[in-house]
Amino acid sequence: MQPTPPIATLPVARRKAQPKFIIGGVLFAAALVLLMATAFTSTAQYFYTVDELLAHRAELGTRSVRATGAVVGDTITVNPETLEIRFEMAHLPDEREVTDLAAALHAAVVDPNAARVMVVYVGPKPDLLKNEAQAIVSGRFAADGVFYADELLLKCPSHYEEAAAGTPAPHTLTGAATPAP
Amino acid sequence: MLVDVGYFALLLVLAATVYAAALAVAGARLNEPGWVESARRALLGAALLLTLSSICLLILLAGNRFDLEFIATVTSRAMPLYLKLTAWWGGQAGSLHFWAWLLSSFGAAAMLRDWRQERAALPYVIAILAGTLAFFVSLVVFVDNPFARLWQSAATGEVTVAMFPPPGALAFAPLDGRGLNPLLRHPGMIIHPPLLYLGFVAFVVPFAFAMAALITGRFDAGWIRSTRRWTLAGWLFLSLGLLLGGRWAYDVLGWGGYWGWDPVENAALMPWLTGTALLHSAVVQERRGLLKRWNLTLVILTYGLVIFGTFLSRSGVISSVHAFAQSAIGPLFFAFIAITLLGSLGLLWRGWDGLADEQPREGWFSREGAFLLNNYLFLGLTVSVFWGTVYPMLSEAVTGSQITVGPPYYRQVTGPLFAALVLLMGIAPLLAWRQASARRLGAALCLPLAAALMVMFGLAVAGLTSLGGLFGYGLVSLVGLSTVLEYGRGAQARCRATGEGWPKALVRLITRSRRRYGGYAIHLGVVLIALGVIGTTFFQIETQGRLAPGESLTIGRYTLTYIGLDEALAPDDRIVTTATVDVAERGTRLARLYPHRDLYVRSGQPMTIAGLHSDLAGDVYVILADWEELSSAGATFKVYVNPLINFIWLGGAVFVLGTLIAAWPERRRAVARSVAAPPAHRAPE
Repeated sequence: MQPTPPIATLPVARRKAQPKFIIGGVLFAAALVLLMATAFTSTAQYFYTVDELLAHRAELGTRSVRATGAVVGDTITVNPETLEIRFEMAHLPDEREVTDLAAALHAAVVDPNAARVMVVYVGPKPDLLKNEAQAIVSGRFAADGVFYADELLLKCPSHYEEAAAGTPAPHTLTGAATPAP
Repeated sequence: MLVDVGYFALLLVLAATVYAAALAVAGARLNEPGWVESARRALLGAALLLTLSSICLLILLAGNRFDLEFIATVTSRAMPLYLKLTAWWGGQAGSLHFWAWLLSSFGAAAMLRDWRQERAALPYVIAILAGTLAFFVSLVVFVDNPFARLWQSAATGEVTVAMFPPPGALAFAPLDGRGLNPLLRHPGMIIHPPLLYLGFVAFVVPFAFAMAALITGRFDAGWIRSTRRWTLAGWLFLSLGLLLGGRWAYDVLGWGGYWGWDPVENAALMPWLTGTALLHSAVVQERRGLLKRWNLTLVILTYGLVIFGTFLSRSGVISSVHAFAQSAIGPLFFAFIAITLLGSLGLLWRGWDGLADEQPREGWFSREGAFLLNNYLFLGLTVSVFWGTVYPMLSEAVTGSQITVGPPYYRQVTGPLFAALVLLMGIAPLLAWRQASARRLGAALCLPLAAALMVMFGLAVAGLTSLGGLFGYGLVSLVGLSTVLEYGRGAQARCRATGEGWPKALVRLITRSRRRYGGYAIHLGVVLIALGVIGTTFFQIETQGRLAPGESLTIGRYTLTYIGLDEALAPDDRIVTTATVDVAERGTRLARLYPHRDLYVRSGQPMTIAGLHSDLAGDVYVILADWEELSSAGATFKVYVNPLINFIWLGGAVFVLGTLIAAWPERRRAVARSVAAPPAHRAPE
């Protein structure tokens, strides 16, 4: 069926685009790109695993960087006077190589050979900061090799959902098996 | 039984949607109205079947059926009934099921409208709604099925998830489910996701109408008029969802903020931005017959961003604190977005020549010029947010190492753009269509400008040093006053013309042109929200300190005194540690606050609830950060003062009220007349 345009929209005289609107649009786009580029170059951070973080430590200097790893529960200390939190973050493989996050976090924490970095953060202890949580920190190295984070985000897979289509972690399930209907 | 009914209903829905889409298009091509009617009924039937499936799932959720993997993950026996039911959207499988149900209901509502005026568009509206629904239902059926059960292998004891029993396996039912994350057990979190979904899904309908208009070659503003209320409804739900999400974060996450530029937040913000642009530029098409291509592009973008937003929040491709599970649905979403985007842009390309402007554009200094600039700004915001959100993915794909941006990037880019938008909001309503008059604009802006300068001068004298804050307050004074004056001018003109008293004239003014004055009320809401954002962005202060009972700390003009600590066991299995703190302002006691930390014993998950003293000047937000376990020797507090933050929630209420005024149906007779009249004769917006 050929589309039949209703009367109201029968061919409209085609007009050339007006230069003042094109110039306005181009100027706006240029300003936007400039704004984005300026903000981007002054705020963009590399996002590293602990291995990459340690490998790039020298060249990073005191530049701000983002990193992720597994929180080692035994190492968490809190100074109640200053609210200074210290913990070690163990190397967690790249997210794309991980299918079961909970298992990868557990493996990272128990592996004695996994690279670790000491993280310091000042603030109230986040509710999700605990053993085998995934930490995402943003901050910089100090001369003593400690990573001073000014931002600390935490993910705790067991408290949202476990790997969606995978096997539910058996240790969290206790129940009775009944014959299939 | 319920499990099978719910699942097979889904299979039937899938069949019905495929049938509806195919038959509708075939009926239109081969000119068989009977086929189209059958397709319409199939879509209605799909909605009924999905409702049946939903009822089954809700009964199962309420009935502790932990042999279903989804239910074992999101509910537990200790949860109250309303939480068990709302866990429907608490996990991935359920939330996709919920999305599909909403879409089918909206689709059914669209099918039941009066189609006599737009018979030609019907088949394509059916096809697009049914196609989108088929995609989501197939995700639910084949990838993330909430009806899938747990099975334990008799030989190895291994537990697997499947719809049908694997060979040699026994049905497995945990004694209790894992339960919903305590952080999500908050009234705001219970209605926040469905509001966002409602907003997302409602935008699918304008997209379907727009595409149908493109396919059938109806290039006028018909699709915009038919779907104006859908767009407004979607926009209202998204706005509410964003506001409530902010409120939830403020109440529950204990960081004193309400917006963190997290990818999942951005995912909901982006369709809101393009939707807002569309609501504005649609006016230009209705009034002047301009920007047709632009409007179609915006509706396509909004639809794409809706699907992209669902994809972002559901696929785990981007690191986010909203840590949903990783899953296999990512590539499927990607393919779906690519197909719909290419298809709709192809349709736009085909109709490109027919979509030229009906009248010449006069120039920038006009109402339509201001609308266009408004659209550039909204689109600029979308582009910059999109860039920041997807750049980590792109950089990793290209260079192998991820580069991310955080809140500082977004603040730097969006700050000037939002400020420009607010300024434009104060000026644009004063501009005439076609060619504005500089003299008239100057006269109308005189008073607001003087007021803004006085506010800035006064604040500077009072010792306000932040340049951004100073300009911000000046800006909101200018725009707020200029908007209020618009009401004043309108009411005054009415007074003079009709001899009505002021209050009556004002009410009549608003009820007679709801779109216009509802829109201005939304603008006033935005001004109030801006006031709160400026206050919290530039003037938030924070401190922390360890106090023994009786000791005090001072922050700004407030003094906090620690009274004591109390520990109790709440009935739903949590240990609640509550501190008692008195807040005083310059020596006068204001309130007694009870910041507490709840420890959910079973999951070991703590949850920090701030003590809050709120008034229009701002909030004192107190967090119990730490305490001595055995003695009552002392506790550590983190305290924020968030100036003017309550203007955000107040502005949100005004915003919603304005949207309702703008969307409220005109009286029936008026509607009938406006449908019959050609667009050019319609009352001005």
